[in-house]
Amino acid sequence: MNLFDIVGPVMVGPSSSHTAGAVKIGYVARKLLAEPLKKAEILLHGSFLLTGKGHGTHLALTAGLLGMKPDDVRIPDSLSVAREQGIELSFGEADLREAHPNSVLLILTGVNGRELRVVGESIGGSRINIASIDDLSANFSGEYPTLIVHNQDQPGHIAEVTSMLAHKSVNIAEMRLYRASRGGNAVMVIECDQEVPKESIAWLRHLEGIHKVTYYSLEEE
Amino acid sequence: MAFLTLQEIAARAEQEHLPFWKIVMQSDQRERNVSEADSFDTMREMYRAMKQADAGYSAELRSASGMAGGDGAKLEQYRREGNHLAGEYLSEVMEKAVKMAESNACMKRIVAAPTAGSCGVIPAVLLTYESQKQVDEDRMTEALFTAAGIGEVLAASASISGAEGGCQAEIGSASAMAAGAVTYLEGGTDEEILHAAALALKNMLGLTCDPVAGLVEVPCVKRNVSGAVNAVVSAQMALAGVRSVIPPDEVIDSMRRIGRLLPGCLRETSQDGLAVTPTAQKIARQLAQQA
Repeated sequence: MNLFDIVGPVMVGPSSSHTAGAVKIGYVARKLLAEPLKKAEILLHGSFLLTGKGHGTHLALTAGLLGMKPDDVRIPDSLSVAREQGIELSFGEADLREAHPNSVLLILTGVNGRELRVVGESIGGSRINIASIDDLSANFSGEYPTLIVHNQDQPGHIAEVTSMLAHKSVNIAEMRLYRASRGGNAVMVIECDQEVPKESIAWLRHLEGIHKVTYYSLEEE
Repeated sequence: MAFLTLQEIAARAEQEHLPFWKIVMQSDQRERNVSEADSFDTMREMYRAMKQADAGYSAELRSASGMAGGDGAKLEQYRREGNHLAGEYLSEVMEKAVKMAESNACMKRIVAAPTAGSCGVIPAVLLTYESQKQVDEDRMTEALFTAAGIGEVLAASASISGAEGGCQAEIGSASAMAAGAVTYLEGGTDEEILHAAALALKNMLGLTCDPVAGLVEVPCVKRNVSGAVNAVVSAQMALAGVRSVIPPDEVIDSMRRIGRLLPGCLRETSQDGLAVTPTAQKIARQLAQQA
């Protein structure tokens, strides 16, 4: 926690977890989609569902999906901004079982047809955790450039990805691995100290056995 | 590494013959690897954002639940009619505290200090001080560093989250921070700054977090007033030479232990206290139907 988490951040109220954190979840999800948003289903869970309306959680998530940050004064008007941009929005409930009480499932479709399912959790203060992407565990904070690779669970893919990062002088801050079943779908989540070059991400996408590559950049759009 | 005790900051200040606030700023410079100018300007921006939020208050604002809004305007009108039961300074402090907390509840832009729910306390004390005593902005920024240093110790050694430590961790922390800041503005010594914070925090120990319908509105908005007023009276005690018998860092540790002992139903879960009164339950039911 730095000094400006104590006096600060500047944010639109009323709640750091239910408003500012919700904006961040939407913002990270939009960047993960990596193309302009066409349609979003916003499914709330737990305390987000029960007290979200009073905290403007639905407005905050929408604002983030539109690329707004937690201090953007247009957050209360995000629904009409979305309408003006022709984005289809729908709201509902999600039963995410053991998820954190402040959770949301976002089902996103981009203008070029790319689809993405993201579960985001607001875990205290305005800190967040992206719990899953396309139903596979992810668990990253959105504070680092993050590479998420979905691949077939077979030898060599981790080496391919990490040697590419080494070659591009990208240092790995944290790395997590998950798999659904032996030989089945697997995922690696890599939080980095530097940005991963665009062409390297494109290169990864063409490798045999790599199903999907998603990247969260800290650079402004 | 942030400071774990107030005494460490005060000892460093004495050793290096520097003011308390400057030790806090230097620690931020090291932590974020930034220049003195960068750190100072960032804090000044926080102060300006507080001022802007105060100026942006509107009497017409209402929260989505309808529970918050309009009280800041009532306090302003009463004060402008010449009613100063609480004295001129405190009357305006009360008004600014409610205004900021109402703005927060109504989705306006505020500065979390240390949290959104307690965002009215520090600006109420500082902005009123600046306007009534004509102090320059640099000095107000220094006061905000003083507050931030106290807050950093509270966060590291106790908590500034209602879900972890109850309302004492939010309004109590804000009150201790504001008490130290205004003591600095009045020319208090570092010892007086620490004791003002300790006296303020002691008065807030044990406060629970039991918000109606889970919203940052009742009792949060008006509790910002008690946190702000408590900061001023604690500063006056410290400046007059009154000392907290329990040393400041021991008071902070008490808050940590009390927070851990508070049952979960009184830590931002709305499962007991004010939140389960018949009236609160009726409000919560009505809001659930609207949703």
